[in-house]
Amino acid sequence: MSTIQPKIDEPVSDELALVQAAKGGDVGAFEELVRRYDRNVFRIAQHITQNREDAEDVVQDAFLKAYSNLHQFQGQSKFYTWLVRIAVNEALMRLRRRRPERMVSLDEDVKTEEDSLPREVADWSPNPEQQYNQAELRDILTRTIQGLPASFRTVFVLRDVEGLSTEETAEALDLSIPAVKSRLLRARLQLRERLGRFFERREPKNGKENEKPETGDTTQ
Amino acid sequence: MKCKEFLSELTNYLDGVIDERTKVELEDHLAWCHNCYVVCDTTKKTIEIYRDSQLYELPEDLRTRLRSAIVSKCHARKKAGPERV
Repeated sequence: MSTIQPKIDEPVSDELALVQAAKGGDVGAFEELVRRYDRNVFRIAQHITQNREDAEDVVQDAFLKAYSNLHQFQGQSKFYTWLVRIAVNEALMRLRRRRPERMVSLDEDVKTEEDSLPREVADWSPNPEQQYNQAELRDILTRTIQGLPASFRTVFVLRDVEGLSTEETAEALDLSIPAVKSRLLRARLQLRERLGRFFERREPKNGKENEKPETGDTTQ
Repeated sequence: MKCKEFLSELTNYLDGVIDERTKVELEDHLAWCHNCYVVCDTTKKTIEIYRDSQLYELPEDLRTRLRSAIVSKCHARKKAGPERV
C-alpha cells in the first residue's frame, strides 16, 4: 500500500526576500505574501471556527497581526508556519467567544488510544465519493469533520489538508510531536469510521443497489 | 504483530516515516489481517478525499475584498509610524 503524498510544494526561495522587504516597509511585498497564503488561512480558519464571517475576520486580523509583528519573525521557521500559528490562535479565540459554554482548547480530549480502536471495519465501495453529487459530498465531508473535537480537527486540517509536516504542525499549535501524532491518528480513524456510514459497500437488497443514507441539508 | 500494534504505527506507515524492519512487519500483518487492511485502506482514502475536497475555497471576489482591506490597513499602520505597531 503506498503512502500519502504531500500536497504542498516547498515555498519558493524568494520568500525570505519578500519578508525582508515587507519588514523594511514595502507593503507590495507583504501583499504578495497575502496572495500566496490567503486561501490557506481562510480554509484553516473556517475549519476551526466553522463560521464564514469569523473566517473572514481571521484572515484580516491574522495578516495584520503578522504585518505588525514582522520584526519578531526571525526566519528560524517558515513564514507560513509562523503565519498559521497566528491564524490558529485568532480562530480559536473566535471559537471560544462564540461557544463560551464549552472550553475550547487544543489540549482537550486527551485520552488513551483505546477509544480509537475501530469498531466497524466494513469495506468501502471502490470509488465511494462518486456515489454522491458534489453538493452532497461536500455536505457529508463538512458535517463529518465538524463533528470532531477542535483539537483533532485542527491537527487533521494542518497535516492532511494543508500539508504541513508533523514538526511544523507541532510548532504552529505549540504541541509536542507525540501529541500531534496521537491526535492525528485519532482524527483520521474517527473520520474514517464516520465516513463509513456513507461510503460502505452495500449489498443489493430488494433490487435496490447502494441505497444512500440521508445526507441532510446540503446547503453550506 | 497484533492489530493494536499495527494501529499504533498506522499514521507513521501512511506518512512513510517508518524504518524498513517495522514496515516489513506491518505489511506482513496486512497480508493476512483483512480488518487491518480495510482500516488502512479506508483511512488512506479518507485522507485523500479530504485533501482533494476543496472545502472552503475562498471566492475570488471575497479574496480581492479581503486583500485590499488588509493592504489599506497596512498602509495606514505604516503611515502611523512604529509606535502604533
